[in-house]
Amino acid sequence: MGMTMTQKILAAHTGLEKVVPGQLIEADLDLVLGNDITSPVAVKEFNKTGLDKVFDKSKVAIVPDHFTPNKDIKAAEQCKFIREFACRMDIENYFEVGEMGIEHCLIPEKGLAVPGDVIIGADSHTCTYGALGAFSTGVGSTDMAAGMATGKCWFKVPSALKFVLKGKPQGWVSGKDIILHIIGMIGVDGALYKSMEFMGDGLKNLTMDDRFTMANMAIEAGAKNGIFMVDERTIEYVKEHSTKPYKIYEPDEDAVYDEVYEIDLSSIRPTVAFPHLPDNTRTIDEVGDIEIDQVVIGSCTNGRMEDLRVAAKILRGRKVKKGVRCIVFPGTQNIYLQALKEGLVEDIVKAGAVFSTPTCGPCLGGHMGILAKGERAVSTTNRNFVGRMGHVESEVYLASPAVAAASAITGRITDPDKIK
Amino acid sequence: MKAKGKVFRYQDNVDTDVIIPARYLNTSDPAELAKHCMEDIDKDFIKNVKPGDIIVAGKNFGCGSSREHAPIAIKAAGVSCVIAKTFARIFFRNSINIGLPILECEEAVDGTDADDEVEVDFTTGTIRNLTKGTTYTTQPFPEFMQKIIQAEGLINYIKG
Repeated sequence: MGMTMTQKILAAHTGLEKVVPGQLIEADLDLVLGNDITSPVAVKEFNKTGLDKVFDKSKVAIVPDHFTPNKDIKAAEQCKFIREFACRMDIENYFEVGEMGIEHCLIPEKGLAVPGDVIIGADSHTCTYGALGAFSTGVGSTDMAAGMATGKCWFKVPSALKFVLKGKPQGWVSGKDIILHIIGMIGVDGALYKSMEFMGDGLKNLTMDDRFTMANMAIEAGAKNGIFMVDERTIEYVKEHSTKPYKIYEPDEDAVYDEVYEIDLSSIRPTVAFPHLPDNTRTIDEVGDIEIDQVVIGSCTNGRMEDLRVAAKILRGRKVKKGVRCIVFPGTQNIYLQALKEGLVEDIVKAGAVFSTPTCGPCLGGHMGILAKGERAVSTTNRNFVGRMGHVESEVYLASPAVAAASAITGRITDPDKIK
Repeated sequence: MKAKGKVFRYQDNVDTDVIIPARYLNTSDPAELAKHCMEDIDKDFIKNVKPGDIIVAGKNFGCGSSREHAPIAIKAAGVSCVIAKTFARIFFRNSINIGLPILECEEAVDGTDADDEVEVDFTTGTIRNLTKGTTYTTQPFPEFMQKIIQAEGLINYIKG
């Protein structure tokens, strides 16, 4: 019985020839990540060990991105606490406001995740780096603490679902529509405890930004990790961003998968997840008439260059509907700068939207765009749970940047093809 | 190792945003977090929960965010055990790591209603519904997990 991509990476990081699903292993870590919400708990736990240094100061990354720039005094205290820790431990990859970005946009951009890595992060969307052919998964703060102390983490070797992608996405369809379509198909626990492995001819029609978006939302199907087969495009990205050595793992020909799904990318329509679960999906043709109060474009799911280019293209020369708030936030400072250079920021601001500093704020109802009772948002983020972006009686509709930007102009959920 | 208490019953896909909303994550103090535990799904939970009580829920309990604040809030609210059909995997790890006992048992969940009195023996994996007089058996914790829970978490266990 052969191994999947994920199983091969885990075996290699455990010093084993072979691993099988269900096996408990202790793997070596290439990167341990945390943010300003999860790191304070991890640091408290780490301090209990009495250690005066982390296992490898170049393999720990701390990114204060959730409630930053500090939203209140308590948030400021939490950030101060982890800043002091990062300083004391001489953490090389601590990114302060001004150089930071949304962690899952920043880490690949900084070249800290490469193919074949094993990465844990105290943030559920750590699965994003699977886009680069790494095994990357979200854990909690205690695991982060133990990871910082020992450079190791225990895992149960997962079985896997295989997604064979074919064809080319049509029109405005992007990675977001594809992953929402898949989550709608298999459900929010459809990949529970498992890997989602993406491969097939259709891969060549997906940009790196599409792949980051798709791997990012593997957790919304309950997956342990999402991972893409490495191709020329991945290698090009890695060479551009990283000097770290990398290793490409491909699944064995006789690798065993629990299920195999063939996805024809050309048949996927723009897709929207209705409240209050990411698997409650409808195509744009089935949406009906949904009036909205706010549009959010950005986040670790859709805050990258292509996302901003699409949003700006639709907003350019048009106006956000009176009474609708449109908030755009780039993933990193580099993305911000590039958007400035390309004139996207001007397009967005002239359309009557706000352009924010990088932050996770609005996505999790932290700050910078909270919803009031009864309000509705179309958001390019990843979760539409009850109360996720604010009041417990507010609603979040998940969509692509194209659908979100089109909806900002009309004030209702709109097919970008219908914008005149 | 045993737990006994009154049941709070919830449905499928209880996410960590309703267990502890992000607006309260500007602190990691367990007692502060406990005050808002389950607030967005059951605003009376914290008023009614007593030390030892048990949460029983459907599938995919604890899905969503990796915030360890979720099991911390549940534990600090006095809950002695969570029984669900399945758990989201990060929540599962986090619970064991902070010493909150959790069990998967589909039959016990289907056979249990709110306010039932339930007793759990973690060593044998036995769940007894004292109100209905029914007994269910599930996989007991392996020894190392029992030790982590007894040590009140992974870090204490490692130091141990």
